[in-house]
Amino acid sequence: MQTTLDDQQALAELNLSRVRPFQLREYPGLIRLCSILLFLAIWEYYGRGVDPIFLSYPTAIARAAVQVTASGELGQQFLLSMKAFVIGFGSAIVLGIGVGLLMGRYRLAQYLLDPYMYAMDATPRVALIPLLLLWFGLGIWSKVAIVFLSGLFPILINTFSGVKTVSGSLVEIGQAYGAKEGQIFRKIIAPATLPFIMAGVRVGVGRAVVGIITAEMFTAVTGLGAMLIVYSSSFATDKLFVPIILLALLGVALTEVVKALQSWLAPWKESERAESE
Amino acid sequence: MLEIRHLSKVFFERNDPRRSGLVALHDISFQVQGNEFICLLGPSGCGKTTLIRIAAGLLRADKGEVLVNGRPVIAPGRDRCMVFQNFGLLPWRTVMENVEFGLEIEGGPREERRRICQKYIELVGLQGFESYFPHQISGGMQQRVGIARALSKEPDILLMDEPFGAVDAQTREQLQEELMKIWATTNNTVLFVTHSIDESIYLADRVIVMKPRPGRIREEVKIDLPRPRWAVDVRADPRFAQLRTRIRELLRG
Ligand SMILES: Nc1ncnc2c1ncn2[C@@H]1O[C@H](COP(=O)(O)OP(=O)(O)OP(=O)(O)O)[C@@H](O)[C@H]1O
Ligand SMILES: [Mg+2]
Repeated sequence: MQTTLDDQQALAELNLSRVRPFQLREYPGLIRLCSILLFLAIWEYYGRGVDPIFLSYPTAIARAAVQVTASGELGQQFLLSMKAFVIGFGSAIVLGIGVGLLMGRYRLAQYLLDPYMYAMDATPRVALIPLLLLWFGLGIWSKVAIVFLSGLFPILINTFSGVKTVSGSLVEIGQAYGAKEGQIFRKIIAPATLPFIMAGVRVGVGRAVVGIITAEMFTAVTGLGAMLIVYSSSFATDKLFVPIILLALLGVALTEVVKALQSWLAPWKESERAESE
Repeated sequence: MLEIRHLSKVFFERNDPRRSGLVALHDISFQVQGNEFICLLGPSGCGKTTLIRIAAGLLRADKGEVLVNGRPVIAPGRDRCMVFQNFGLLPWRTVMENVEFGLEIEGGPREERRRICQKYIELVGLQGFESYFPHQISGGMQQRVGIARALSKEPDILLMDEPFGAVDAQTREQLQEELMKIWATTNNTVLFVTHSIDESIYLADRVIVMKPRPGRIREEVKIDLPRPRWAVDVRADPRFAQLRTRIRELLRG
């Protein structure tokens, strides 16, 4: 294009200084790192003075982390939690999106199913744990069920209301070009709803993690939740911090994954966001 | 050939025929010959969009019918393409992918599709912007995408609903001229909705002047200005001024 050439010339004529002055706020990573290091230092300093039953301190926690990792305990329990998480959340995504799309597009499906959707969503998931344990036992399947139910409704409801807000004019574009129902679904409704779906997945991830940990704390048999109960009842506070920190990291990592997925699947939304910032 | 026969359309409150109704169109009839450029002109709310949506097959009429080459229109078809008042682009598709949409729905080989669409992207002057998303280009450019998408299907009939309504005056005149040049090569039948008197005179062979409440045809005005109209400044032609005065009176009375 010609225009780039003219821009370059105009830029050269203006002869602006191309040196950027140093500004601390342009290095967010550095600022965050300093903040974390400072926090750890203060914690270390004051933590050493507190009874280890109530509060541990970073180096002790690190030592405990090495210990439980080396013994293989952490890895094993982590995998047990994650297995249930992946199965449960995977099915929540598939079913949530599928049923949400159908309910949003077809009134019949909506009116048939929305009483259950709202009722189930309003019920605190924790209240279901005893029942699920009764049905599925102490093994992995009760955890899968709770993860599924925790993750399902945010995804389902977001997908559903996403389809509802897809304006009729978008659908009309498809119709005007002779798109069949299946094509309208795939080429119009699904992409238009994608940002809503991803928002639902993001909420669902958080709820599902809460769900699985709660279930594991209840049964105290396997998983990170069980480790929490075991260490706290034996007053091993330094070890208790290990699964807590791992869960925090897991939460951050999952959110980042969903964010990355969001910008990969919906790049047009990404650049809109970047511009409005 | 496009024929509109005794078309009427009523919109009921909340789609319920027991409630009060608004007569959007009342007994509209006219014919458009092949390769003819017709403008529908009228104030806001006189049913222009409603009429063009019925012609596109997106909306059912309550009385009367639309015939294309003698066959009644019941659904959208590949012989007609619509350019929307609000551009009608899909925000998640790039310029190229938006232009491709029409042919993609039809199926057919991808390379072929690309080639045709590339041709029309160049025709509307958007080369270099194929990979831009709609929100990254200007309103005038967005509307060119909409036009290229409709042209890429090489329809017999082009239905254009105020395509230049949302762009500034200069861009608008530029787009009008480009449309005239494109039309000179493609020679489709065009039904073009506008509420600008000058635009209708510049573009049309005939202007159909409508009036609201209920939407009816007020009169047809033949535009006997020579073509091509971009070669000389046709807007400065005394005949142009006469037509403008005449149409303005029709709209007022
Ligand atoms: N889907 C609809 N439901 C109810 N009323 C409608 C609907 N579409 C249009 N109308 C009514 O029909 C009348 C004609 O509308 P239409 O959109 O065809 O006008 P228009 O001539 O295209 O106006 P404009 O120049 O503002 O685009 C208006 O009074 C409008 O309120
Ligand atoms: Mg309109």
